[in-house]
Amino acid sequence: LSEKNEPEWLSEEVKTGTTILAIEFDGGVVLGSDSRVSAGASVVNRVMNKLSQLHDKIYCALSGSAADAQTIAEVVNYQLDVHSMEIGEDPQVRSAATLVRNISYKYKEELSAHLIVAGWDRRKGGQVYATLNGLLTRQPFAVGGSGSSYVYGFVDAEYRKGMSKEECQKFVVSTLSLAMNRDGSSGGVAYLVTIDEHCTEEKVILGNDLPTFYDQ
Amino acid sequence: MATLTVNRPPQGGFSFENCRRNALIEGEANKVGCSLPSARKTGTTICGIVFKGGVVLGADTRATEGMVVADKNCSKIHYISPNIYCCGAGTAADTEMTTQLISSNLELHALSTGRLPRVATANRMLKQMLFRYQGYIGAALVLGGIDCNGPHLYSIYPHGSTDKLPYVTMGSGSLAAMAVFEDRYKPDMEEEEAKQLVRDAIAAGIFNDLGSGSNIDLCVISKSKVDYLRPHDEANKKGVRTGDYKYKRGTTGVLTKVVAPLDLEVVEETIQTMDTS
Repeated sequence: LSEKNEPEWLSEEVKTGTTILAIEFDGGVVLGSDSRVSAGASVVNRVMNKLSQLHDKIYCALSGSAADAQTIAEVVNYQLDVHSMEIGEDPQVRSAATLVRNISYKYKEELSAHLIVAGWDRRKGGQVYATLNGLLTRQPFAVGGSGSSYVYGFVDAEYRKGMSKEECQKFVVSTLSLAMNRDGSSGGVAYLVTIDEHCTEEKVILGNDLPTFYDQ
Repeated sequence: MATLTVNRPPQGGFSFENCRRNALIEGEANKVGCSLPSARKTGTTICGIVFKGGVVLGADTRATEGMVVADKNCSKIHYISPNIYCCGAGTAADTEMTTQLISSNLELHALSTGRLPRVATANRMLKQMLFRYQGYIGAALVLGGIDCNGPHLYSIYPHGSTDKLPYVTMGSGSLAAMAVFEDRYKPDMEEEEAKQLVRDAIAAGIFNDLGSGSNIDLCVISKSKVDYLRPHDEANKKGVRTGDYKYKRGTTGVLTKVVAPLDLEVVEETIQTMDTS
């Protein structure tokens, strides 16, 4: 079972070349992701849910190296559990984002993953934080992953302040669909998570149910 | 345009650029009397599937050392706990030692909790260890088992990422095996159907991948029993030789025959039994 001269993708790191995005609306957030995990040119998992739960009302979207992203999410999940027990109430989204940012910044040379943290808490409602390369910034919406490059134009043009929950979900699904059609490293199904004060809803949209655009 | 030359993105597909150069080199090499090295592949085919009532794990049995088959019948399905087994692809030593280490730690953990170990626990232990070594431990694993929450199947990559899926394949023959799975997998299959599907997937890997070969091992894990079927299917039986290179008695003519008896005395006789257990 030697490793020399084996096909490249066996020793290639497994990456979630991906499209992820999160958008905030009045009273909550909507997160979306595709489901493709690739190792080189081979797809190793076509149904991976990249929206990982950090706490009851805080989720994060994974992109970059699968191992790094999964590990960061699991470590922060643990740290948040301890933190919420210490303070005796549900943690703030900013706390979760800070924990992710601390790991991303401290190990920025060793890790290669970008997590978008989004959720709802009592004090500030729905919030989306980007933690790319160890920064921490709150944004009305954030996109990430290899597929995001193809949809910057779309999101910049189509985003409007004060969208409702349904409009946000439609926005996320359309963005994902466009990115998945253009980016080779994104594909599969679309996962959607809607978090607001009352509930946390997880939804899967299969490939053939995604909105179609010109030339499809 | 700001740049002088247009940046050409890397193109997919086969690159024919080096074919002429290779032909020239081959010509030169043959003139001197040596030949170009041929393509080498190593690896394995392992897979797992969740069926109604448990999991079926499958593996081929070829272990290669470069271009040579080092072991025609090695065992790639490793024991983790009575209800959890793990197939290993990649570096043989890494998969062997990693599974043994986690098996040992899991046994201690189970004694400490007083409960049957869960597959998710084994998964966490394996992924945390592999992540710690940043991919230098070349172990790609298919972990399957049954616990209080039902049957579970995980695939674990050398860098430490894991996927929880109803069917997984790993190794150099994984693409061939996955093709079979994607075609015929159905949720909640019966045991016999699942065994047949895994057997066919490994067979696809064995016959279409140079790094996989020999026999098919199966491990069926269900609530009540574990069937470790080794071998389940001897896909590659050694052929019977149709010719004989031995010469018949009398082919060489005998000219003279001299018999000289040797007088030997038995001084000491000791017997040491070999440990064949």
